[in-house]
Amino acid sequence: MAQALTRAMRDAMAEDPTVHVMGEDVGTLGGVFRITDGLAKEFGEDRCTDTPLAEAGILGTAVGMAMYGLRPVVEMQFDAFAYPAFEQLISHVAKMRNRTRGAMPLPITIRVPYGGGIGGVEHHCDSSEAYYVATPGLTVVTPATVEDAYGLLRASIASDDPVVFLEPKRLYWSKADWSPEAPAAVPGIGKALVRRTGTSATLITYGPSLPVCLEAAEAAREEGWDLEVVDLRSLVPFDEDTVVESVRRTGRAVVVHEAGGFGGPGAEIAARVTERCFHHLEAPVLRVTGFDIPYPPPMLEKYHLPGVERILDAVARLQWEN
Amino acid sequence: MTVQELPGAGASHRSTPPPAWRPRTDAAPLLPDAEPYRVLGTEAADRLDPALMRRCYAELVRGRRYNAQATALTKQGRLAVYPSTVGQEACEIAAAMVLEEQDWLFPSYRDTLAAVARGLDPVQALTLLRGDWHTGYDPREHRIAPLSTPLATQLPHAVGLAHAARLRGDDVVALAMVGDGGTSEGDFHEALNFAAVWQAPVVFLVQNNGFAISVPLAKQTAAPTLAHKGVGYGMPGRLVDGNDIAAMHEVLSEAVRRARAGGGPTLIEAVTYRMEAHTNADDATRYRGDAEVEAWKAHDPIDLLERELTARGILDEAGITAARDEAEAMAASLRDGMNADPVVDPMDLFAHVYAEQTDRLREQAAMLRAELEAEDQA
Ligand SMILES: Cc1ncc(C[n+]2csc(CCOP(=O)(O)OP(=O)(O)O)c2C)c(N)n1
Repeated sequence: MAQALTRAMRDAMAEDPTVHVMGEDVGTLGGVFRITDGLAKEFGEDRCTDTPLAEAGILGTAVGMAMYGLRPVVEMQFDAFAYPAFEQLISHVAKMRNRTRGAMPLPITIRVPYGGGIGGVEHHCDSSEAYYVATPGLTVVTPATVEDAYGLLRASIASDDPVVFLEPKRLYWSKADWSPEAPAAVPGIGKALVRRTGTSATLITYGPSLPVCLEAAEAAREEGWDLEVVDLRSLVPFDEDTVVESVRRTGRAVVVHEAGGFGGPGAEIAARVTERCFHHLEAPVLRVTGFDIPYPPPMLEKYHLPGVERILDAVARLQWEN
Repeated sequence: MTVQELPGAGASHRSTPPPAWRPRTDAAPLLPDAEPYRVLGTEAADRLDPALMRRCYAELVRGRRYNAQATALTKQGRLAVYPSTVGQEACEIAAAMVLEEQDWLFPSYRDTLAAVARGLDPVQALTLLRGDWHTGYDPREHRIAPLSTPLATQLPHAVGLAHAARLRGDDVVALAMVGDGGTSEGDFHEALNFAAVWQAPVVFLVQNNGFAISVPLAKQTAAPTLAHKGVGYGMPGRLVDGNDIAAMHEVLSEAVRRARAGGGPTLIEAVTYRMEAHTNADDATRYRGDAEVEAWKAHDPIDLLERELTARGILDEAGITAARDEAEAMAASLRDGMNADPVVDPMDLFAHVYAEQTDRLREQAAMLRAELEAEDQA
């Protein structure tokens, strides 16, 4: 996936001279995850810039650059280090189009490596998506596959709106038969995809939890459950129709994500599904999420992250007649 | 106890810096003068440009009238709130005057007068404060960024824009305005640092008007002056009398010239005073006395200039009357503009959130439309 992300930026920069990559260590080093590897060499330091170490400054100057017609692609080094930039994000990035009645849209892509599962120390593993999805004006996407890493990042950079592009850290090293020479076309922002068809229940998920859900779906076959798995891909906008169609078909749903459950995206999704599928539901919509705790230390994270077992337990609870 | 007396602080612990280390610049040229720079009432006034000064005078009188009119509009309920710049007109106007057409102004919420002096229709400048929309103008058309309500957050925008313009080979300078209180915010420091590292063509203008709402400068900073803060980032700091429009014009022009020539950013502290309360909703008597306000009255920016220009024969009664007439005409048109009820469209709520409407917003828009239609029928 890392390679697909790099390739997406490289292709965007080659095609459009207004695309600029900026952030901490993105130049010479190629980013701490090497996602910007080679870009400074190929396009020069003016197009791929090592900035001073200041997240508000990075995003704030990106606002000015976007005002002047550039398309900044900003890298926040880790999820929890994006927080100093929230003032800029919420007060300006998300609102500029609205404040100026459409006169000044900000085509900024904010790449945030997020989520746990890599044994990182504190402040390196937050699932911060709830903050972003609660902010009107932001588009929020998260790829779970290599194809999507490329396709969604290209679409994000091309978008005239600011996009928070959440990169699941633990999928950086995931591999696929993916050809950087002929990247497959994927649906753009705002479209969910059914990654596995099934008839007994729908798992609704995104980003780092997609592989976990697919694994759970395989394991559930032994229990006689045929699970459908929907990958949201885009949290805002939220592709309600794909989700609703799936749940109406299967009659049961579990939302799975790493972020805490209280006030997490799953709460919203469960509410929407309930509103629109009430008469089709055989059981309440359940959620399998991270605990409502600060992200735990590495040796405890396996207890926190929703895994296959918890998903299967939830699926078992969908036998509502009990 | 001195350092030498501390246990273990022997000579062997004192080391000379390693060979590669050296200070990057000579700090002296970056440091501000001890006293604010002044032109009016000094020998420097001998070189005043009469035509420029007559224009400054007319703008100052117009600016004062604009302040008075906007304050009157709050009393009539036509404006929700107005942060006055009475006493600070010289800063506001000089900031606008030194910019070329292609340059950008980044104002704070207080700086509507600077926007007006740059040529923006006063009604558009006041849209935010009237409440019909957040920004009442197209920023790109006027090259005036939206008035920033969160303090100091517009400063990194100015840096980014100026940097982008230079990358594209355009001759553009950004001038960003902030108050003394705003200099304590993190964004102020990040913006200065980025600007200096990138050598961006930016001018930072701090209007030190004595207070951040009720908090005096002494509780805001322990630096000798705010202009001193430039040296830490590697940019010159300039201290100037913010009520002396000739000095303001000169210092700002020099900084703009420097930025345009690739010399990098400048931090300018204009020492001025906010004659009125923070906004019409504030009670200034709770945090300052009349004596202080009276003392500043004797240093009024319009009086200072009028005295100098009349003494030198640059301005006469006819010139003064002409300036006042022009100001009255502006005030009348502002009144007319504001007395017309603003037309707002509730459906605009959903119009400018995303480039493409989301299903969610479409649904909510439909709900509101239905409510409005039901209301119409009732
Ligand atoms: C980030 C932020 N914090 C607090 C406020 C509330 N506030 C509005 S004006 C103000 C004082 C600003 O003082 P100063 O920067 O000196 O500017 P002045 O009002 O004197 O022009 C405060 C605290 C704000 N607008 N933004």
